[in-house]
Amino acid sequence: MLIENAKVVSLKKITGKIFLIKVLSPQIASLAKPGQFCNIKVTDNLLPLLRRPFSICNINGDSVSFLFDTHGEGTKLLAGKKKGDALDILGPLGNGFNYESDFDLAVIVAGGMGSAPFPFLIDALKKRRKNIICIIGGRNEKDIITYGMKNIFLSTDDGSNGYNGNVIQLAAKLKDKFVGKKVQFFGCGPNAMLKALKEFCAVNNFNCQVSTESAMACGFGICQGCPIPAVEEDKYFLVCKDGPVFNSRDIIL
Amino acid sequence: MSNINLSVKIGKLELKNPVLLASGTVGYGNEISQFTDLSKIGGIVTKSISLMPRKGNPPQRVVETTGGMLNAIGLANVGVEDFINNKIPFLKEIDSTVICNIAASSIEEYVECIRLLEDQEIIKAYEINVSCPNVKEGGIEFGHNLSALGSITNKVRSVTQKTVIIKLSPNVSRISDFAKVAKEEGADAVSAINTLVGTAFDIWTRKPKIKNITGGLSGPAIKPVALAKVLEISRNVNIPIIGIGGIMTWQDAIEFIIAGATAIEIGTVNFINPSAGTQIIQGISDYCTKQSISNINEVTASYQL
Repeated sequence: MLIENAKVVSLKKITGKIFLIKVLSPQIASLAKPGQFCNIKVTDNLLPLLRRPFSICNINGDSVSFLFDTHGEGTKLLAGKKKGDALDILGPLGNGFNYESDFDLAVIVAGGMGSAPFPFLIDALKKRRKNIICIIGGRNEKDIITYGMKNIFLSTDDGSNGYNGNVIQLAAKLKDKFVGKKVQFFGCGPNAMLKALKEFCAVNNFNCQVSTESAMACGFGICQGCPIPAVEEDKYFLVCKDGPVFNSRDIIL
Repeated sequence: MSNINLSVKIGKLELKNPVLLASGTVGYGNEISQFTDLSKIGGIVTKSISLMPRKGNPPQRVVETTGGMLNAIGLANVGVEDFINNKIPFLKEIDSTVICNIAASSIEEYVECIRLLEDQEIIKAYEINVSCPNVKEGGIEFGHNLSALGSITNKVRSVTQKTVIIKLSPNVSRISDFAKVAKEEGADAVSAINTLVGTAFDIWTRKPKIKNITGGLSGPAIKPVALAKVLEISRNVNIPIIGIGGIMTWQDAIEFIIAGATAIEIGTVNFINPSAGTQIIQGISDYCTKQSISNINEVTASYQL
């Protein structure tokens, strides 16, 4: 991990309030692994004070891209960046996905902004010739992010696009596609979704890695601000350092 | 830089420069060492160590506020035994001065922690945390009671020859009364201030943004309060002060030194810019050059009121 003074290459709107920012950040690009994140200072002054954590969406050569949703002051400022603007980035942080294990089929389950870390993972999976299924959901059509995804099955809570229901219900319907195969689930999304995914995978005996999120200050283990309860009694993991990716069996969601 | 003397002395503790990294913002040194050369920093103050490991508070533990942040970590730490076995070896590798911060829920526990740590030569001083706002027992309750603070200081003093620093709470009406008691009972110095008690609400759920309901406010938002507390101690009690509270830049550090601090600790800035320490030291040195000051100690309590 290091701090790099990156330059904005491009900023584009993906859907609704969702943007993709691409920055020139050669050192971080050379070190990053799928599932890791960066902690970004969105201004060079004290407002806002803290960095903001974002999943690494993908790496292209010397560039790093981040998908984000403009929901607060920090992300609104990020959405106002222009080509050539400087951006102070700390990263890459966290452990990332383990995609080297023995499986044939990767089932990616993403809810809303949970799509953010998967384009990078999908590129790595393609290089390893793994089969991929993406189950992507949201409350409505505007929440659906398919950027960088592959072999997509959609669900919306209101039925405005794809299956009328949530991603876990859709995964259950698609179960025939997984049985008899060596399957690895990868999930990212709201906590309720991850919790349901953990239960679904436990019942069906599928391996599952989930990418979690938490409020945090530093992003590299010194503030201790991002605990997540461990299954192991009386213990917390830190999302920033022990995660953000966990085996779903190891954490309480 | 070579012709300016930045070294300061606090009790027996000699620091190569007045910049310390504050407890709870550097862990036990290993993570931050990837960003900053700890051998160049005046010293590091460890995360609070307690006799037994502490799991800490449930999430959410931190939230940003305007110009600051609230935290309620709950003194999560590995405990004194694991600290000695697994953290001290790294601290020995880096050529930095180590101050061990100690938290406890009874006077006996403070004394027992020091007894266990006393042989560790790497530890040059103890910072006694009597002002953590985020734990129910001990912590801030000691820091808000003059006689409790006096007893702790007295007992701690009686079991160690190393430098003893009492970290004071700002959540009191007259902080200088507490500094005076600390001095009378044998403390070598006080560090001021710990965080201010604060809270924040989510207006849609009407729930506090942190699970502990209240947390400790830190960051630039508290700097004017911290400076006033340092000045109050400086004007009323003859004891070395380590100034803490919202220091982000070398200018902030100089302000604290002018207000009475012999040394300063930087905290929240480490989360944002983990190499801030070395930058602040350089800034202090350049300030001295510009002001034709040969010794940083000349700046301490040099206020013109």
